[in-house]
Amino acid sequence: MSTAQTAAVANALGYKDHSIGGFTFKRDEYFAHIFYPGGRHIMQIDAFLRALMRDVAWGFFYGTVNFDTVFGTVNHYGTVEMFIGLFNEAYRANNRHHVETFESKDLKKVFEEVLADWTNEGFDPFAAPDETGTVYGAKKGNNIKAITRQRLVADRMVGLPGDLGYRTDQDGFTVNRQFQDVPQDKPEIHAAQGFENEVHAFNFFEYVSRSDVTWNPSVVSCVKDSQFCATTEEHVLPITHGNDRVEWFIQATDEIIWDIDDRATGRPRAKVTMRAGDVAAMPANIRHRGYSPKRSILIVWENNDGGLPQRYASGELAPNPVDF
Amino acid sequence: MSNYRTVFGSLESYQKGGVEIIDDDPKNYAFSNCFEVASKSKPYEKVAVGKNLKYVIEAVRAEGDSPWFAAAHDEAALIMDGEVEIHFVKPDAPVVPDGKEGTVKLAGQPAGRDMGWVKAGRGHMALLPKGAAYQFRNPGKPGVLLVQTILGENTIERWADICQTKA
Repeated sequence: MSTAQTAAVANALGYKDHSIGGFTFKRDEYFAHIFYPGGRHIMQIDAFLRALMRDVAWGFFYGTVNFDTVFGTVNHYGTVEMFIGLFNEAYRANNRHHVETFESKDLKKVFEEVLADWTNEGFDPFAAPDETGTVYGAKKGNNIKAITRQRLVADRMVGLPGDLGYRTDQDGFTVNRQFQDVPQDKPEIHAAQGFENEVHAFNFFEYVSRSDVTWNPSVVSCVKDSQFCATTEEHVLPITHGNDRVEWFIQATDEIIWDIDDRATGRPRAKVTMRAGDVAAMPANIRHRGYSPKRSILIVWENNDGGLPQRYASGELAPNPVDF
Repeated sequence: MSNYRTVFGSLESYQKGGVEIIDDDPKNYAFSNCFEVASKSKPYEKVAVGKNLKYVIEAVRAEGDSPWFAAAHDEAALIMDGEVEIHFVKPDAPVVPDGKEGTVKLAGQPAGRDMGWVKAGRGHMALLPKGAAYQFRNPGKPGVLLVQTILGENTIERWADICQTKA
């Protein structure tokens, strides 16, 4: 466990250095530089900030968030490992990897400070590249509103009284430019008196067509620990997700192509092309990265049972969901 | 005017993707398509297309009137194609034991209070609330539902028939 530090003085471009444990993050006009005991890793600044945004917004998510093939985090739900090369075959074989463990709240605080400091006015790391301004160059203002969006989680179903509300024009959730042809009609609801809170339906496609973020699942319906997480995808998933459990994808519209690699080594295993109506499992021992040429609607189906990571890690559960 | 065209699927028109294997077994991905599954199903068969331990997603061909169903927990239905009415009844006495999981098929409409009904089309999601009995009705052309529920006595698993098995 380590103390976080932010440099008192910004560099010549206006950006501060941020440190936690043995890691120090520096940025220049084009790159994020990650210094660690024994080396330095470098990423394009836009790719780094888009990955960082997801890691922060998802609370380090399920399992591993690989920013690229070298740097990332592993969620242990209370603590987080931050690593260099932990899931890279060559780094591991040559003992060049480096891992430190932090309290989740401490690392989250540092990541939030990096995001706030390094995200310039006009750049939204949640938006598709065609929808946002540039991140390059010297420091210019900030975009706190964009980087502090709250993750949306329905307890039971979107639109039920007391549950997560709808997205509307009035609240700033307009239909996305690539979903102008998604019908915005409403289901007919004829609830008898006294059953208004139980007889319920909503336009799921409309709700998702109004999402102002990409690659950011929000929970729309729950059956105990079974969560339908809806998301709109455009361009490329900014991280490569190594799950600590099985998850499933349901492609509701359009097309996503997934690169599937081995979770531990990064060696390629498969490519999965998903089109409207397709359903596929993501086994617990892979990592995946998606490419969505047009904005599409994806349902990420998760099992939120907190005991699963240990059961998969111990081998009690097979990494594939069904045998046939 | 937007130049973008959103591609939906339907029973009549869908273009299935697939798994291109590099070093793996396609069965690990249990890859299927809900429209294809429903095109080969009998009305209101509940065919699992996703399974995450005890939880399932079932593809259902909505055609005509369904049996009356109920569950001791919430379920959700996403209409992927067509139009369906869902009629709800609050049974006078519980029709599913507390703690039982999965959808239960009832012998018929239970005695109870009319809760109302919903008419839903493509892209709409409806709550199938715990403790309620419900019936799907679709007099028109067949539709497709995805039901988010728990593995139960009416869930049909025929993975080898619906999933990609070869590279």
